[in-house]
Amino acid sequence: MDANGILLILLLLAVVLALTPVLGGFMARLYEGRVGWLAPVERGIYRLCGIDPDREQHWTGYAMAFLLLHLLGVLVFYGLMRLQAMLPFNPAGQTAMAPDLSFNTAISFATNTDWQNYGGESTMSYLVQMAGCTVQNFLSAAAGIAVAVALIRGFTRRSARFIGNFYVDLTRTILYLLLPICLIGSLVLVWQGVPQTLQGYVGATTLEGGHQIIAQGPVASQMFIKHFGTNGGGFFNANAAHPYENPTSLVNFIYMASILALGAGLTNTFGRMIGDQRQGWALLAAMGIMLGAGAFAMYAAEAQGNPALSFLANMEGKEVRFGIAASTLFATVTTATSCGAVNAMHDSLLPLAGMVPLINMLLGEVVIGGVGSGLYGMMVFVLITMFIAGLMVGRTPEYLGKKIEAREIKLAVIAILATPLAVLGLGALAMLTPAGQAGIAAPGPHGLSEVLYAFASAANNNGSAFAGLNGNTPFYNVILAVAMLIGRFAVVIPVLAIAGALAAKKTVPPSSGTFPTHSWLFVALLVGIVLVVGGLTYFPVLALGPVVEHLALASGTLF
Amino acid sequence: MLKHLRAALLLLVLMTLLTGLLYPLAVTGLAQALFPHQANGSLIERNGQVVGSALIGQSFSRPGYFWGRPSATTAPDPKDPTKTVAAPYNAANSGGSNLAPSAKALADTVKSREAALRAANPQAPAAVPADLLLSSASGLDPDISPAAAEWQVARVAAARHAPQEEIRRLVAAHIHGRLFGLLGERTVNVLGLNLALDARWPMR
Repeated sequence: MDANGILLILLLLAVVLALTPVLGGFMARLYEGRVGWLAPVERGIYRLCGIDPDREQHWTGYAMAFLLLHLLGVLVFYGLMRLQAMLPFNPAGQTAMAPDLSFNTAISFATNTDWQNYGGESTMSYLVQMAGCTVQNFLSAAAGIAVAVALIRGFTRRSARFIGNFYVDLTRTILYLLLPICLIGSLVLVWQGVPQTLQGYVGATTLEGGHQIIAQGPVASQMFIKHFGTNGGGFFNANAAHPYENPTSLVNFIYMASILALGAGLTNTFGRMIGDQRQGWALLAAMGIMLGAGAFAMYAAEAQGNPALSFLANMEGKEVRFGIAASTLFATVTTATSCGAVNAMHDSLLPLAGMVPLINMLLGEVVIGGVGSGLYGMMVFVLITMFIAGLMVGRTPEYLGKKIEAREIKLAVIAILATPLAVLGLGALAMLTPAGQAGIAAPGPHGLSEVLYAFASAANNNGSAFAGLNGNTPFYNVILAVAMLIGRFAVVIPVLAIAGALAAKKTVPPSSGTFPTHSWLFVALLVGIVLVVGGLTYFPVLALGPVVEHLALASGTLF
Repeated sequence: MLKHLRAALLLLVLMTLLTGLLYPLAVTGLAQALFPHQANGSLIERNGQVVGSALIGQSFSRPGYFWGRPSATTAPDPKDPTKTVAAPYNAANSGGSNLAPSAKALADTVKSREAALRAANPQAPAAVPADLLLSSASGLDPDISPAAAEWQVARVAAARHAPQEEIRRLVAAHIHGRLFGLLGERTVNVLGLNLALDARWPMR
């Protein structure tokens, strides 16, 4: 560790903190209907689609709209990949992607996971990248934010039947928030060296006379939304480690800040919409403590160097322009949120350093989290926290004036148990079957880590990988897609049901016995609950994977 | 339900047109107008021929050139397309080795790379810089550390029949510092440095 690396962590946290009230304030105005400079375009979209923007939806209608848009999106994206050879914008002459790979990729992008079993430059046409990947990047990000906004409305409304209109929330998110920022951001990326062209791959004659084919494409327009929307699917196979995706340390910093920006901003939006910004800051404090702790722990662990190579700096799977500091910080950020872009190969991280991204994901993507999903995931933990606090003092728990009752807690428990079930249940299936074992690249405890990482990533809709695992097989393509579906819908639907239940409740005024939820005591309790739930669930398997590998490596055992 | 289906389908179509065609094409137009060099891949030409990209590393193995990092990229095996073969700096299929830190294969590879580097650089100091021994994440890393460039100076100078001090000065001029003294690491772009070498001391 050096001063430079520590300063980098602090600078990033400061920039995100400064962006939070700016973006948070804008989003609050946006979802309260007070932003309207694109009103003619917006109205035109509603008219063409037959959407009545003034007609709000019951939570079931909201969930139905959410499901339908995902289902149709998957079908269209699947079709694009299967038919790409016959479609335009395919200068590299890519052939149709295999059915299982297309299935996995379509589910993966629609659920905001963006797991990369596809190769990017070696498998996808420019049309698929633009009209498939980029579109799903926008839609899945906007859909996640919409669900978070619907949940916030559950708290702000009293005795109400409706929680908003999904189509309107989605459209407004894309039109006013994502598109304008991505348009400007993409041009900054091009200025820094990210390509943006529809011309084909370039052939070069190298200085030593070799022939090098250099893949190109409309990269920048996809890159900005990929990070800003916490999507993470690369244009190229090497993702954000590729010099065209991430050419400079400035771009790397912009990526890290934009990955965190909306997730952090939404905590402030939440505070503003419920009329008490302190509540939002308390959530951000809980998230920030875990983010900072992860960043420092990972940097410290990786900076030790590899004991098997006489503590040589672990530059395997890292780029010189990022070094150890910016690689570990990016890895922390991308897994704390549900982004999953990588600027270093996580499979080659030292065991304890590689455990930090794993833990970030296994906690349920609530350390800032994905856009929208981070906030609603954390709110589920807030409900559990208030429930446990209520049990301790023996009174009905309430949060922001809403009584938390059996129905909400049952739904919250479903949301919390769904992902561990997918990670450990499906993961165990992979470990026990020949088809699952066949994909493992590393012998010994690291092999277990590879499988655990894959299911943690898929079920929490992250998308990064210990990429030694050969996941592009029918077995993994299907089972990981199932994990992604569970991770998305088995959380979103209970969350929307909670939003509906909360909106229907009356508000009770705070009394002297109300537990203040903007205090440090609450923050500490919330962090404690997140860590205890995650820790109890996953400690055994973490002990068998990264911890055993660390001890073996320290004692000189190689596999 | 039918109304839902119609709304969702039409919204998907409109958003595909907006974010999947209009937006990337608008960015392409603006990028080509404002930053054509970067938008087209930061390509470098010499005598009217594209020799590579400033951002993409390429293979160097001759003693008169500075060498870049080991690359783990692959290409389909021409004999059996279901298999892959090693193809360093394949800029149409980026990727890393994904070897675990506890992998015997990694330790063995490093040992053989170290032996090869030592043999080719008899005058260099004993400790080989980490970035010359370990492969990059993308397999296309265009940079090496200043230490890795310094480590190769004696070999390059001998092969080019140039004084070491002048080569060292050229390397120093090609060190790219940290942004604002803070962001990123100090790097040397290998292709840029080698082009400068060719211009100053053409290979005989």
